[in-house]
Amino acid sequence: MIYLENISKTYGVGANTVHALQNVNLHIPQGKIHGVIGLSGAGKSTLIRCVNLLERPSAGKVSVDGQDMTALSPQALNKARHRIGMIFQHFNLLTSRTVFDNIALPLELMGETRSTIRQRVGPLLELVGLVDKANQYPAQLSGGQKQRVAIARALASKPNVLLCDEATSALDPQTTGSILELLRDINKKLGLTILLITHEMEVVKSICHRVSLISDGELVEDAEVGDFFTAPRTQLGREFLNDFLQLEPPKELIERLSPDAGTHTHPVVRLTFSGDAVSTPLISRLARECEVDVSILQAKVESIQDRTLGLMIAELLGTPQQTRDAMAYLESHQLQIEVLGHVQRNA
Amino acid sequence: MSSAMLDLILQATLDTLYMVAISGMISTLLGVPLGVMLYVTRPRQILAMPVLNQVLSIVTNIGRSIPFIILMVAIIPFTRMLVGTSIGINAASVPLTIAAIPFVARLVEGALNELSPGLVEAAQSMGATPWQIVRKVLLPEARGGIITGLTITVVTLVSYSAMAGAVGGGGLGDLGIRYGYNRFNPTIMVITVVILVVMVQGFQSLGDYLVRKSDRK
Repeated sequence: MIYLENISKTYGVGANTVHALQNVNLHIPQGKIHGVIGLSGAGKSTLIRCVNLLERPSAGKVSVDGQDMTALSPQALNKARHRIGMIFQHFNLLTSRTVFDNIALPLELMGETRSTIRQRVGPLLELVGLVDKANQYPAQLSGGQKQRVAIARALASKPNVLLCDEATSALDPQTTGSILELLRDINKKLGLTILLITHEMEVVKSICHRVSLISDGELVEDAEVGDFFTAPRTQLGREFLNDFLQLEPPKELIERLSPDAGTHTHPVVRLTFSGDAVSTPLISRLARECEVDVSILQAKVESIQDRTLGLMIAELLGTPQQTRDAMAYLESHQLQIEVLGHVQRNA
Repeated sequence: MSSAMLDLILQATLDTLYMVAISGMISTLLGVPLGVMLYVTRPRQILAMPVLNQVLSIVTNIGRSIPFIILMVAIIPFTRMLVGTSIGINAASVPLTIAAIPFVARLVEGALNELSPGLVEAAQSMGATPWQIVRKVLLPEARGGIITGLTITVVTLVSYSAMAGAVGGGGLGDLGIRYGYNRFNPTIMVITVVILVVMVQGFQSLGDYLVRKSDRK
């Protein structure tokens, strides 16, 4: 549905050249929700604007629904844009228009008649749950309601692609949840292909099928959401994941951690379980088979779409040989194991 | 005060209103499009034409930098060509209009400048043409700011029209100078000033009311 081929975008000339995007390749199949996550300034906004050519790429090809966007005349581009809805972080509603008239705007632009507009806007108000707000002005609405209006407006021209530019970044967590639910609903009901950019892992986790990680204008990772959350391949990916999971050892423990193993120390490890490993009683087996004691310091289970992800920070208590065996045992059961350091036992 | 004097004051008031109305209307009709052009032809705007933008900007600045009293005299040949005479209220309306057009244009440009660029971007993402963006987004969204600008213009025109009196333009300024100043009649002077004050208050209140009515923010 959406193909980006070798997209590059540069600003400025000579020494002041900024490479906002470099050789970006992305394919989003019909009906999928694809997230692009990255830090601010990584090129997310430029990337999403290259799809409907709000930003024209310096090089590369953009094609949406089989149409080569970069080759279109201005008139044909405007027509193609009717098939691509877009919503924004700051909603961008017209303050001088009522909710109804905001949703009607794209239809007016297409030259639809007043009666067609009335027929189309009604069901959209229903879809986003704002039937009773039809005659209010945006200033009278909450942030979440404004984004709902923007979603209805984006859907008015019956697009088959929806671009979401940080659509939930200006909203509180609860409202974010309800907007994401609405987007998921739309994706299912209308079969809409959605490309969203965000800096929030929560957004990716709750609605995306696939995710790309963008860093300095390049896509450095592209994976199914389940894979990305269980085994990110890049350092940046791991940072995003750790930030999201917030599973760090307790502070007083970090102070006691030493990078080197001594004669009377025990390793502190971070374990990541996914797939079958989550449902296997590994810890109790470990205790029996390797004769180590496991002291769990922190643990968490997250479910990411159809996957379950277990995380644990634990101290392995035993002789150096026993703890080595224990780690080998865990690795042989497809656990990811990361040694955070070693602590001296007081006892 | 004689009834002849009262008639004179009434006539002068109507003359002032006439000059302000004519120049206010024509300068709005020409100044608003010029202001829009100044905005949309900027670099990276919806009809980016940097050269045209520079030319318009320079012309506007020239119009704004000529003192009104000099403009009035300088364009007398043009005024004569247009209305057949260089004295009277019709003649005075010509320089008033010329002076107000760039004034209106800059105020309109300023009002458009206050809008969030996101609005234009949203309209573009919906496939709006530049003309549709102007008509359906820029002008309605900036309506409050534009009305504020036009109110300032009208108030300025009231005082400029009084200045036009100095060169035989008619109206309250003319009355104040001829009867109040030249004939040492302080009563007439005070009455003219009071009427002008009331007029300005009236226009300002009307403008404020219209802004409030159009403001949905």
